[in-house]
Amino acid sequence: MDTPISSSPLAACHAELGARMINFGGWNLPVEYSGLLLEHQATRQAAGLFDISHMGQIRAQGAGALAALESLLTNDPAKLRMGEGHYTFLTNDQGGVIDDLLLYRLGPEDFLLVVNASRHQEDLRVLRKAQNNPALFQGDPGTKAGMALQGPRAEVILSQLLPAGETCPLRNTIIESQLLGIPSTIARTGYTGEDGFEIFTSLEDGPKVWRALLEKGKPMGILPCGLGARDSLRLEAGLPLNGQDLSPEISPIEAGLGFFVDLSRPRPFPGRAQLEQAKKNGARRTTIGLVGQPKQAPPRHGYPVFLSGKQIGEITSGVPSPTLGYGVALALITTPAPACGQDLEFEVRGRRVPAKVSPRKFLLKK
Amino acid sequence: MNTPTDLLYAKTHEWLRQGKEGSTVGITDYAQSALGDVVFVELPKSGRKVTAGEVVATVESVKAASDIYAPVSGEITETNPTLSADPGLINREPYASGWLFRIQADAGKNHALLSASDYSATLSS
Repeated sequence: MDTPISSSPLAACHAELGARMINFGGWNLPVEYSGLLLEHQATRQAAGLFDISHMGQIRAQGAGALAALESLLTNDPAKLRMGEGHYTFLTNDQGGVIDDLLLYRLGPEDFLLVVNASRHQEDLRVLRKAQNNPALFQGDPGTKAGMALQGPRAEVILSQLLPAGETCPLRNTIIESQLLGIPSTIARTGYTGEDGFEIFTSLEDGPKVWRALLEKGKPMGILPCGLGARDSLRLEAGLPLNGQDLSPEISPIEAGLGFFVDLSRPRPFPGRAQLEQAKKNGARRTTIGLVGQPKQAPPRHGYPVFLSGKQIGEITSGVPSPTLGYGVALALITTPAPACGQDLEFEVRGRRVPAKVSPRKFLLKK
Repeated sequence: MNTPTDLLYAKTHEWLRQGKEGSTVGITDYAQSALGDVVFVELPKSGRKVTAGEVVATVESVKAASDIYAPVSGEITETNPTLSADPGLINREPYASGWLFRIQADAGKNHALLSASDYSATLSS
């Protein structure tokens, strides 16, 4: 990375907690505090708190905002009601993924895009390039403190910091509220497969909210969690990582996320024709879930995948699942895709390891 | 970080304990801590001849797969049979029951290994 490393507004909190830090997409962020497995389990069983200050925020506000987004994103922004959000893609002319993001509608012509840190500047460039009015899109990196509170106890913990009588936002909605009297934007979403919230405050107020969430959650077993647990949690839930499972060379259809490409509206968006074609006739490649076996070498990013001895693709993300005790992975393969339960192999250090095709949501939630 | 003074160390975070029947090799407390909870270990076959600096084993945590290098040239004589059932031994007892393999070092070779204090110095720089 040539760009200077950005420091999180929560850096002092991480230092107090003794976090191990790494450079992630130009940001100095915690990878681990008490240990990946403990953090992973805390999020599944109680709650985890993650620094997501690197996540970019872009605001599209003013006359023409809706029309602009309709002409750029794969999911239909016109279908969002006020306060509602959905997952969507910014695609290139070939239908490849420039970024995957959450889009929230704050008003009729007022939208918030929450984007990947590594894609933020590129997103701004692409969004502005397509406009007569480039000022429609505003939002530089590093302007907010962000944290994700995730896990079955997240709602109980957050409720304690909200003003009396106020309730948590509903799933996939966003509210402007206060936590401990601090103005906060709160969306009920996440990247772990658990219930939870993403919370944004001013840079200065971030540490106060971070510390308060940890304090309120302590009796329930909350742990601060790093990027390590964030990755194993999202992969167990079958959620894609931009730059691995998604890229400008991989379309949402190939990534198995065609649900978020809405072709029911008339307006074109970049790559629409290619995506329409792929949805109708099938794409050349597709993404499958893959599970390994206990006590076998776990699947990892980049490993080749074989069906009946013939290479059919490679693993885009893989991890030994802490919850399941065996490896889980997403693999981009040529079609036709083998059925769930079909035996496969992946190659680890020159050796073939047995695996099976699986639904990509690896965890069966009660 | 625990760095026993009676062992020799490689810059790549392996330790070596010299004994009558060859040397025992494992990874350091620093290495196991950086790697996190170990979930899988791949060990070399007994009888394999290796050269110092060659990749001979892999230790995997949830986060990553980490290569283990031979600290000296020689022949692998034994591997730790308990690790496949309990790879977490590497985290809990990196200098004892979490050992990886034994090696009969080639005679007469001058192996450039570090003392505990020299190894510790590489960690703080």
